[in-house]
Amino acid sequence: MKIFNKEPSFDFMGRRKLALIVSILLVIISIASLATRGLNFGIDFTGGTLIEVGYENSADLSEVRATLESAGYGNAITQHFGSSKDVLIRVPPHEGMTNADLSTGVLNALHRSSGSDEIEMRRVEFVGPQVGEELTEKGGLAMIYALFGILIYITLRFEKRFAVGSVVALIHDVVITLGIFSILRLEFDLTTLAAILAVIGYSLNDTIVVFDRIRENFRKMRKGSPVEVSNRSINQMLSRTLVTSFTTLFVLVALFVLGGEIIHSFATALIIGIIVGTYSSVYVASATALALGVSKQDLMSVKKEGEDDPDVLGDQP
Amino acid sequence: MNQYPTWKYVLIIAVILTGVLYALPNLYGDDPAVQISPLRGAPIDEASVTRVSELLKGEGISTKSIEQVERGILVRFNNTEDQMQAKDLIEEKMGENYIPALNLSPATPGWLTALNAAPMYLGLDLRGGVHFLMEVDMVAAARQAGERYVSDLRSILRGEKVRYLSIARTSSGNSIEIKFRNVADLELGSSLIRKEYPRLLLEEEDRGGDAFLVVSISDEEIRETKKMALQQNIITLRNRVNELGVAEPVVQQQGDNRIVVQLPGIQDTARAKEILGATATLEFRMAVENADVQAAIAGRPPVGTRLYKERDGSPILLKKRIIVTGDQIIDAASGIEQQNGSPTVFISLDSKGARKMADTTRENVGKPMAVVFIENKTSSKRIDGELVRTRKKIEEVINVAVIRDQFSKRFQITGLDSSEEARDLALLLRAGALAAPIEIVEERTVGPSLGQDNIDQGMTSVIVGFIVVMIFMAVWYRVFGLVANIALTVNLVMIVAVLSMLQATLTLPGIAGIVLTVGIAVDANVLIFERIREEIRSGNSPQASINAGYDKALSTIADANITTLIAALVLYTFGSGPIKGFAITLSIGIVTSMFTAIMGTRAVINLVYGGRKVKKLSI
Repeated sequence: MKIFNKEPSFDFMGRRKLALIVSILLVIISIASLATRGLNFGIDFTGGTLIEVGYENSADLSEVRATLESAGYGNAITQHFGSSKDVLIRVPPHEGMTNADLSTGVLNALHRSSGSDEIEMRRVEFVGPQVGEELTEKGGLAMIYALFGILIYITLRFEKRFAVGSVVALIHDVVITLGIFSILRLEFDLTTLAAILAVIGYSLNDTIVVFDRIRENFRKMRKGSPVEVSNRSINQMLSRTLVTSFTTLFVLVALFVLGGEIIHSFATALIIGIIVGTYSSVYVASATALALGVSKQDLMSVKKEGEDDPDVLGDQP
Repeated sequence: MNQYPTWKYVLIIAVILTGVLYALPNLYGDDPAVQISPLRGAPIDEASVTRVSELLKGEGISTKSIEQVERGILVRFNNTEDQMQAKDLIEEKMGENYIPALNLSPATPGWLTALNAAPMYLGLDLRGGVHFLMEVDMVAAARQAGERYVSDLRSILRGEKVRYLSIARTSSGNSIEIKFRNVADLELGSSLIRKEYPRLLLEEEDRGGDAFLVVSISDEEIRETKKMALQQNIITLRNRVNELGVAEPVVQQQGDNRIVVQLPGIQDTARAKEILGATATLEFRMAVENADVQAAIAGRPPVGTRLYKERDGSPILLKKRIIVTGDQIIDAASGIEQQNGSPTVFISLDSKGARKMADTTRENVGKPMAVVFIENKTSSKRIDGELVRTRKKIEEVINVAVIRDQFSKRFQITGLDSSEEARDLALLLRAGALAAPIEIVEERTVGPSLGQDNIDQGMTSVIVGFIVVMIFMAVWYRVFGLVANIALTVNLVMIVAVLSMLQATLTLPGIAGIVLTVGIAVDANVLIFERIREEIRSGNSPQASINAGYDKALSTIADANITTLIAALVLYTFGSGPIKGFAITLSIGIVTSMFTAIMGTRAVINLVYGGRKVKKLSI
């Protein structure tokens, strides 16, 4: 099967002004939301205690809250997790109580009120404030180092304008994905961060494939402005871009639906990231490289030794 | 055209066979087992193996195998009922020097074990268990070192009858000030200290006629002290973990001041925290007889004494000088006192502790000595954005006993309420009291049912995602799609094989990494196949198109994968726990997919189409 029987010829770059407006709008909305509402950080970053308990039958949240309140944990936040039988309890730090006492205390209180065997401890997570701080710092550093590593690699392999183009696309993807997390108040934890970094890897993958073809066509096509060359390249890679995005989305949807509640935010981040990343590899990366004035001449300097191209200057726009 | 030399096929088949071989152990599942670990140097030899075997045979519990392993004896059973029964039996009959722990032991057949093949190691989020990250309080460790010096210096000055006015740690921490009456005493003391403790830095100061000796501990020694504190804590935690009866525990240093403790499969997490989290130590001090307790309560304790409370809350005055501290205890065991049948704890000291204890008890027969039990509980919280750590130190005199005789290395504490209490006290003491307080700064506990759910859900999503992608590829690229599917399957086997070989830990995010790799792995094939289609469109022959498709897509695939690999490596370097697991499977997947998607598919395509005339490709 094929999407296109012959090479498609959409004028992607002709609409790059429109794409630019859309992208800028999305980025502005994202930044605005991140600045005002912030991210709904999980305990990995904020520190605190999280307890997941499983009930035999559907659990009544108001009852759970009442039990916790009477045991002195009135400031705990409870919610269902995945199913009505699972309850997630978040407890802020308590004065003069260690984490060990806190989770044991909550579990004991629940046990007492609901009979002995009815509930089961599924998960306890505690992250001390200093560890949370470190994880946040390390996470930010990881993001910056990943971007730098990529920037260097692409500069070496391609050209600095392409490197800037791909990094702009990456930042675009990350900001919009984070923005959607912020707007929808989805929880952002350590695994979500891993997903964001995977988005960086994936989106880059897409971008590079397109750049690779642009470079090849710059060398091959005797005629044609940079805009035409870019357009042609994107069109040539279009079915590949779509097929790969689809297969990846298939497995991610499988993960989202079947992978369980814990992996939800991870799958969500990747799904958003891949959709945004597919769009950005078509529009943002190439458009940025074009806007920076990438031309045939720039790529000739990277050409392999012995290659010969007589009319290097002939195709200057 | 499009034919591979034989050696390439041989290489590919060899790699795949190796992969299958090392992935194989994962298919065999686990045996319910009991692992018996020795305590306090109890022997593990053929005799003890025979003893276990006869014990179980005697009760009619059938076993699958009994073998001597690295850290004890491993008994495998056919079902969990036998396993449970056997555990109780061993606990009861083997004595308290052997701790049984329930375990699931891989049922890898012998011929695979001989090849060093083993199943993947499942992370705690999949098998259930507790993960603790503990932090050693290094400030306290340095302070304790200082306090020990104060005590030591005081005793050598006294021993040599060098008179001094005061001795105390300075507020800044790493030095001690001794005030002498005159310069002559100072010189005397100074030379004495220099002889006994050549590593201390001494500085004489004249402050308005007062003769001061400032004794500082070198930076190097403080560093060593901190290192020691960490090591001692690790050993202590290891001992405590052993006593808990956990199979395959992990106690590891992380960074300069942290320790990771992982207890797979543990059920009673509250007890684990109690045992691990309580940083208790003991101090032996002389009690003051006929003391003016009232004055002390009013805030004026006599010089050299301090007010404590007994268990029932009544006040008691103890001398400030510590005779022996917990870290000098090498063994402690609970038992029953012969004479009156009351619970007791037998204690052994190291030679330094023994010498000090002997000196003290020789001069103090008939006088009361107190045992102070000190528990450290720490909690951190944020006040106005500042991290504030509060440490609660609970000091309690658990026992005051009259010294009956001079003793040194071995002695016992009586007067405990119950044998339960004696056991717990012995446990804490035996593990060696912690050198510096530690605090749990991170905890991740996963209950056994959630672990199983995670495995099931993870596996289901891998399988479903995998099948959907395979169907898609077969429909989209027909024969070429089927070839890609073979490569995808081999890739999955290779990932499992490499994970098994490296004995890397598979976690839930790790499974997510595998799922993502499935998606990404087909990308290489998509790139190649789309390129082949393009070549055909531009009028090239089928054979030439295959060749050009693989050739031209190669650099694109390499560039794309290397950049993803950069991101994965950064994740691995900076990530902790769950992120690392994701990064590992992602990196492995990228590397193996390069092999299967490029070399693997080419080999099959060459077999199908290579070396003959082809009119049309099924793509």
